[in-house]
Amino acid sequence: MRIHSLGFMAAAVLAFGISGCGRKSAEKNVPPPAPTAVVNPATAGTISGNVVLDGPVPSFHPIDMSAEPACVQANPTPVIPPIVVTGEHGALANVVVYVKAGLGEYRYDVPQTPALLDQKGCMYDPRVVAVVEGQPLEIRNSDATVHNIHPMPRINHAWNRSEEPGSPPFRVTFDHPETAIPIMCNVHPWMRAYLFVFDNPYFAVTAKTGTFELKGLPPGTYTIEAWQEHFGIQDQTVTLGPKESKSISFVYRSDRSHWNYRPRSSGGHGVE
Amino acid sequence: MPENSPQASRGVYRFAVFTSCCTVLLLMAGGLVTNNLAGDSVPDWPLAYGRLIPPLVGGIRFEYSHRVIAGVVSILTLVLAIWIARVERRPVARRLGWLALGLVIAQAVLGGIRVLEGDPAVSATAHAALAQIFFITLAGLSLYLSPWWQSDLPTASDSGSPRAASIAAWTTVVIFLQVVLGAAFRHGAIGIIPHLIGAGIVTALVVWTGRAVKRRFPGARDLRRGVVWLHSFFGLQVLLGFAAWWAMTSALAAVQPTALFVTLTVAHVLGGALLLASSTLLTLACFRVVRGASRAEGSLAEPAQRAAAGSAERAGG
Repeated sequence: MRIHSLGFMAAAVLAFGISGCGRKSAEKNVPPPAPTAVVNPATAGTISGNVVLDGPVPSFHPIDMSAEPACVQANPTPVIPPIVVTGEHGALANVVVYVKAGLGEYRYDVPQTPALLDQKGCMYDPRVVAVVEGQPLEIRNSDATVHNIHPMPRINHAWNRSEEPGSPPFRVTFDHPETAIPIMCNVHPWMRAYLFVFDNPYFAVTAKTGTFELKGLPPGTYTIEAWQEHFGIQDQTVTLGPKESKSISFVYRSDRSHWNYRPRSSGGHGVE
Repeated sequence: MPENSPQASRGVYRFAVFTSCCTVLLLMAGGLVTNNLAGDSVPDWPLAYGRLIPPLVGGIRFEYSHRVIAGVVSILTLVLAIWIARVERRPVARRLGWLALGLVIAQAVLGGIRVLEGDPAVSATAHAALAQIFFITLAGLSLYLSPWWQSDLPTASDSGSPRAASIAAWTTVVIFLQVVLGAAFRHGAIGIIPHLIGAGIVTALVVWTGRAVKRRFPGARDLRRGVVWLHSFFGLQVLLGFAAWWAMTSALAAVQPTALFVTLTVAHVLGGALLLASSTLLTLACFRVVRGASRAEGSLAEPAQRAAAGSAERAGG
């Protein structure tokens, strides 16, 4: 048996060595030169606004956590999946608002303060997290049970890592801009988060107030996009003059749902 | 020199059938892993969470059970291969035994690659496909070791064209491809359309096989029974296919796999495997009955001629 196990490992290592070599050679493509211009703060403006939901909040079935006693213990009352979270007057939380198009080539500082993604009560907190490429994302496990963290990017490098209770948090970075990367825990298949990676600092994730602010934008005409996991995306075009501030609103109608995620690698079950 | 004593032959045949049945359990365990979205719940391999026994919670239970059953089936296959090598004098049986062992080892490595790879749509599909090849190898080996295969069978001649055995063989190949398409769809590598087209082609071939066998061999009770099994599993599989599709579409908005979804989709996976196995066995039975006609006649004549026929078979591999 031991010899067989070693044989399996050797074959797997060999196979991965080969596939890894292929990947590395692909990565050797010469990247375009990095931009050197910086945004002039003297002319920069701001786009702010809010996101609201028009209509009743859709209802979702409570999560069945009975397969995991630690999760049941951590949640004395049934947990409704936070797919649509609203505040007062229909203010919509967990909406990512960002500049989709119109930005020139500028150089930005990469924040060194990590963004946080916690696993608490067998749920991800926050549900939606956004970082700048190269910015650390710190992943914690505050639960009394084990989790695996499995981002499923289309562009960035995919990985899968376990995090046992009490283990120290770990940090990862993502090197390429990419929107709505699903992150799931295969131990607890109801756990879902979304990660956004941007190559600029002009993005915001709304809180329960539904408000956002994109500060320090150079003058220009921009396509501003809002993404919500259940209702999908909306675009608006905004022209910003020097030192100008503009306010816009995104309104989602609750009768127009948009399930925009199907697991590509974990079976045909089209959850969320 | 291995010798085929009737007792040893019967024992190894029963063990082969037992191993095949355990493989059905293994296929079911694999389906449970996929459809509970637990395929990545244990990120490392061959250990699990760096140890032999991981915390058995949530999706880990499915993935770890799959690995344990796979380990058991691997050991059973090893024992079967050694047993066949010791008691079987037919080279084909011995080769099939070692082939099964090689397949189960390759399958374990592929399973490991599936776990360790970041985007497993291709590796998971390949893992599912190899699982079917391993299963039909064991099923075919069981048939080859069976007293039925080694008995004196009545003559059956096939004057039709193409030969019924060829039609059955093509049906088996197409069912295998259809099973692979289903796996590719399940693992997100392709959409549903190729699988639906495949279902149409399988339907035509299954009907053609049944008609050919029933018309050309009206007196061959075993072949007709094989057709009944083929058609039964086919009908069941079509129903399960519709049920699985319904369960999948109605679970689109669910935040986690529902029990109904898991049950129906795993049943559909198993139905595919059993359909493929029944087609494989029917194909082999067709080749055995038709091809074996001359030998069967000879074997009915004299024991000495039977021995000569056995020698000829050994020489032919």
